[in-house]
Amino acid sequence: MSNGVPIVRFENIEKSFGSFKAVDGVTLDVPNNSFFALLGPSGCGKTTLLRMLAGFEHPTSGRVLIDGEDMAGIPPNKRPVNMVFQSYAVFPHMTVRENVGYGLRVSGVPRGEIGPRVEDALRMVRLEAFADRKPDKLSGGQRQRVALARALVKKPKLLLLDEPLSALDKKLREDMQLELVRLQQEVGISFVIVTHDQDEALSMADLIAVMNRGKVLQVAPPWDLYEEPNCRFVADFIGEMNLFEGRMLSADGGQARLDLKGIGLVDVPWDYPATSDVALAVRPEKMRLYREEPELGWVRLPGKVAQVAYFGDNSQVFVETSQAGRVVVLRHNQSRSRDEPYRTGTDCWVAFEPTDGIVLSD
Amino acid sequence: MRNPIGPLEFTRRGWVRLWLLAVFVFLYAPIVILIAFSFNQSRRNIVWTGFTTDWYGRALNNASLIEAFTNSIMIALISTVLSVILGGLLALGLYRFRFPGKPVLDGVAALPIVIPEICLGVALLVFYARVGWPVGLPWPLNLSQVIIGHVVFSFPFVAVVVRARMEGFDRSLEEASKDLGASEWQTFWNVTLPYMKTGLIAGALLAMTLSLDDFVITFFTSGPETITFPVKIYSMVRQSVTPEVNAASTILILFTVLLTVIALKFQKPSEGVG
Ligand SMILES: Nc1ncnc2c1ncn2[C@@H]1O[C@H](COP(=O)(O)OP(=O)(O)OP(=O)(O)O)[C@@H](O)[C@H]1O
Ligand SMILES: [Mg+2]
Repeated sequence: MSNGVPIVRFENIEKSFGSFKAVDGVTLDVPNNSFFALLGPSGCGKTTLLRMLAGFEHPTSGRVLIDGEDMAGIPPNKRPVNMVFQSYAVFPHMTVRENVGYGLRVSGVPRGEIGPRVEDALRMVRLEAFADRKPDKLSGGQRQRVALARALVKKPKLLLLDEPLSALDKKLREDMQLELVRLQQEVGISFVIVTHDQDEALSMADLIAVMNRGKVLQVAPPWDLYEEPNCRFVADFIGEMNLFEGRMLSADGGQARLDLKGIGLVDVPWDYPATSDVALAVRPEKMRLYREEPELGWVRLPGKVAQVAYFGDNSQVFVETSQAGRVVVLRHNQSRSRDEPYRTGTDCWVAFEPTDGIVLSD
Repeated sequence: MRNPIGPLEFTRRGWVRLWLLAVFVFLYAPIVILIAFSFNQSRRNIVWTGFTTDWYGRALNNASLIEAFTNSIMIALISTVLSVILGGLLALGLYRFRFPGKPVLDGVAALPIVIPEICLGVALLVFYARVGWPVGLPWPLNLSQVIIGHVVFSFPFVAVVVRARMEGFDRSLEEASKDLGASEWQTFWNVTLPYMKTGLIAGALLAMTLSLDDFVITFFTSGPETITFPVKIYSMVRQSVTPEVNAASTILILFTVLLTVIALKFQKPSEGVG
């Protein structure tokens, strides 16, 4: 792998099925040795994009490059990538060992070399003890590992995973997330994972591309995506978000003055030219709750608790404010006290610092 | 103490058992009687006069019966192999590809199943006469007319069975195979074919059975040199029903049962393929 060349490059990819555009002008680089997530709602074209890398779909226009090489006309079995399918697609009539060795056998790897490589791969995914079982005697998580070992044993330049964890229960899913990250670091190749689970993407990936309706909206590391989304869709799709609509009155010197509906004038950091319609987006955990009106220079909104969603470690408190509608505030449950001070119907104040908000213009 | 009868334990209810018994008697009594009377000393099939295996000796020494039997087996084997290949390919093509006229082909392919055998027989007879199919060829080439006739009506059965099997096939298995570096052919051989195998064996059994006991189409397409077992039995019965016919039939039954057992054995390793 030459340095500097991204392992994957999508150049202006479009893919239509009949008159329907599943992928609409995607330009995207996946850096070497990264854990890359394609995140987006159902039907946004994630799988289609991944299948173009594997060679099962061909772009209507645009180019796909893998390690600098144009993939046009190269069939799936000649590409330096391997895929873990959503259904795992483990061969039912072969044992675990035969499954893992299959890719080596069909591509003519010498017999003496296959055995040790298969054993290595099985050890890597901790399946040594199950090597002689048929897949129907394995759990979902184990089948998943077979699919992983089977792909990794071929030493691809790139591993593709299509919603690999969606069929697993929560606990197993969390274990496998850690396992995948460990594997990616161990084998040192890029993983491209498709998911519609934002927590999964945030906790595993180095870089996340958020897609909607066939377009890539933002490509950024988890922190940036969460704290600095570039549009309303990304802000809303990743985590919870309170949006306060309004207008920008002026902008200069790294500052902008906004006039927000029901709140009034606020000053926020802003390095770009002035625009008109904007929204100030504030995460629930950046908001505070008070019983009495707090003496702060923050934005303060009086309201009434409408609903409380309890999650154990924290609670989401939905407050109906008279000025700005319903807002959601995240409260950490720091004490074991049963006397929850914010029950449904309680009068309270919501406050936040405007600089904790993000100004969104799209 | 007896447990109360559960709602789904049908076989523990008295009247259900009686019913089952009646069904089994109805289904198997004729066959049991046929076999039993093949050991009867009497020439007539009505009264039991004593045990003997003479009729088997007679049947096995009846040269024309043996010849008919050999013909039947040969025809069944060849037509089964051809039907499985043709039917399997047809099913695969219909499952795999989308092409204009596919629904038509789908329907037409199943036609021989619904066309009355008698019509098919006449059609074949006319066809062979028309094209001047060579006659008087050495054995087993002289069986070709019958074999082709059998293939025509049994390969659609294979196709239907295999097609049904393929409905449950997960296509991502084929994609996974190619993704792992296998060519189109390797994928077919290593992934698709093992899955089809159950359907192919079931189809082969069906084709073999259909061929072995076919009378109508064979009657129209066979000549004096190419008498098959059912046709021979028919002519024997027309003369007189002796236990020799019973004995010959029993051998045929034994033969088909044996085939089935072998086929089932073959199927065993692919258990759990899903
Ligand atoms: N072979 C096809 N023929 C027609 N339309 C297709 C085909 N494959 C995908 N599509 C359409 O393209 C769009 C994108 O599909 P894709 O499978 O990429 O979505 P996705 O982002 O993976 O969604 P999900 O999260 O539900 O898997 C969908 O609207 C789908 O209906
Ligand atoms: Mg998908």
